[in-house]
Amino acid sequence: MKKQFKMIDLDCANCAAKMETAIQKIDGVQDASVSFFSQKLTLEAADDRFDEIMKEVVKVCRKVEPDCTIVL
Amino acid sequence: MNRKQKKMLLRIIAAAALFTVALCIPAEGFLRLLLFLAPFALVGWDVLWRAVRNIAHGQIFDENFLMALATVGAFFLGEYPEGVAVMLFYQIGELFQSYAVGRSRKSIASLMDIRPDYANIEVNGELKQVDPNEIAVGDTIVVKPGEKVPLDGVVLDGVSALNTSALTGESLPRDVQPGDNVISGCINQSGLLRIRVNRVFGESTVSKILDLVENSSSKKAKSENFITKFARYYTPVVVIFAALLALLPPLFLGGGWGDWVQRALIFLVISCPCALVISVPLSFFGGIGGASKCGILVKGSNYLEALAQTELIVFDKTGTLTHGTFRVTAIHPDDISESQLLEFAALAEHYSDHPISLSLKAAYGQPLDAARVTDSEELAGRGVRAVVDGVTVYAGNDKLMKEIGAAWRDCHHTGTIVHVAVGSRYAGHIVISDEIKADAADAVRALKKQGIRKTVMLTGDSKAVGEQVAQQLGLDAVYTQLLPADKVEQVEKLLQEKTPRGKLAFVGDGINDAPVLSRADIGIAMGALGSDAAIEAADVVLMDDSPSKIAVAMKISQKTLRIVRQNIVFALGVKLLVLLLGALGMANMWEAVFADVGVSVIAILNAMRALKTKNIINN
Repeated sequence: MKKQFKMIDLDCANCAAKMETAIQKIDGVQDASVSFFSQKLTLEAADDRFDEIMKEVVKVCRKVEPDCTIVL
Repeated sequence: MNRKQKKMLLRIIAAAALFTVALCIPAEGFLRLLLFLAPFALVGWDVLWRAVRNIAHGQIFDENFLMALATVGAFFLGEYPEGVAVMLFYQIGELFQSYAVGRSRKSIASLMDIRPDYANIEVNGELKQVDPNEIAVGDTIVVKPGEKVPLDGVVLDGVSALNTSALTGESLPRDVQPGDNVISGCINQSGLLRIRVNRVFGESTVSKILDLVENSSSKKAKSENFITKFARYYTPVVVIFAALLALLPPLFLGGGWGDWVQRALIFLVISCPCALVISVPLSFFGGIGGASKCGILVKGSNYLEALAQTELIVFDKTGTLTHGTFRVTAIHPDDISESQLLEFAALAEHYSDHPISLSLKAAYGQPLDAARVTDSEELAGRGVRAVVDGVTVYAGNDKLMKEIGAAWRDCHHTGTIVHVAVGSRYAGHIVISDEIKADAADAVRALKKQGIRKTVMLTGDSKAVGEQVAQQLGLDAVYTQLLPADKVEQVEKLLQEKTPRGKLAFVGDGINDAPVLSRADIGIAMGALGSDAAIEAADVVLMDDSPSKIAVAMKISQKTLRIVRQNIVFALGVKLLVLLLGALGMANMWEAVFADVGVSVIAILNAMRALKTKNIINN
């Protein structure tokens, strides 16, 4: 499943790149991209575990940049 | 400026004022520290706070931490003014950067300003504005002059001119009348239109285009990936060098710790790769935005990058280089007049819907009197036989002429030839052929000038027709009589011919050539307005059907890559230079701050040039 999420207060380009790398490392994630300009996260992950993976995504993003929130 | 930025601006102004005061008061010792700490805390508390918090999260080489370390370090060395100044300038730079990014986001968003906000429907004789998402297929909507067409549909009544420039880059308005298809995103210029919707909003052209452009940034170019990878190593390496610089020389060479620690702090200030991380994707984003302004949709930065490396261009013929519609191009009567010959042919073909019959009737241009045709019969693979004004007329190919024993002549024109015999006497022939697009020859020339090594045309058409078109357009090679599967095979062969770095682009109209579009390095679909298959299969979509847009797309790609290279060289160059000078003790903190945020801002401004495409179209 491929889904897109809006990100609020993604203020630093380097953080976006770091988030992307961190998300790609999560088990079950097929592809992930964080766009600093469109402020969007595109996530492609296994269907059956999507919600679980999404929780993990939120967690790693908070670790990189606590000010940024993902609109679920 | 948004609220957050305004708040930051106030903080910077207040801190700058306090800083000036501190510089003017001749205080000593603890009082002096306090005087400088006040503006420092005011302008930099959030950086310090984020630094502490991110370390708790395990983010060591974080921009905030490095800046905090550099400025706090300056305070420990007793360089109070320097510590405050560095933080102040860092925040000014960050503010400017955030403002510039905001501006560029906005100007790109305004390019995409084709999303309709509402649709008008008639309820009890009154117009009501509703969300386009609520409209179903088969509903009737009303579009007033000056409004955007919100959904795809067919005009029920009303005549108007539509401005399609936001979609195609074409400035000439398109006239529509009842029965015509209209696509969403166009602006209705002159008359009131009543439209029956034939696609829901989510599937309408405007949604598809927006989707495509918004998703384009997720397919990254090689240089973007390079920068991301580079950024991952750059910061740790610079920080390690900083540590070595602070420790080794004082230990082994002796001398003051303060001087070397200060040099190390300069390293920390320059250790953020922000200028590159922001400006490279922004350039691609701008390039894609600029291209869509010209009616060229690029599905990803990787394709924009690849366009500049195109070596071979393979064209489909029908619908790409030619209009794909048949027209009468020559009439050669034997002993009757041209109009008589055409009249006979049109009448004979009166009951047929074959594209050739249609083009004959279109060329005749006058209403036909059906009563003059009494008996008509289609002869499969040969033509038609009909009784016109009581005389038997045959219209068809040479086989038919042989069959009836008419003394037919061949023609020196290439195209489809319709022979006409009245009774059993040969009356002459009409040549029907596909027309080459007006800008096709220019397009091929422009591509050659752009450095394309070889242009190739593939067609399912006959050898004679294919070769004639190829010769007229100045193409390097032509392969004819190909079935769709043969086209894939031919492209596979051509892929072997290119150099390792070069790319092969295939240009088609999206009909029957989806497999080839996806097999080529870059699949370009043209005239794709409304054709879903083409938008799906292609990597680059030309919204109108002029082949000259391919050269424009290549130019935009080359310009974008030039900007990317400039930014990489400039940002890295300045950083390395300041690092070197810093290590030698010849640079101060101020220069380091410039190498960090100053370079970022300049790189962002340069990246924004990728959006401007006016010069490219005019040349």
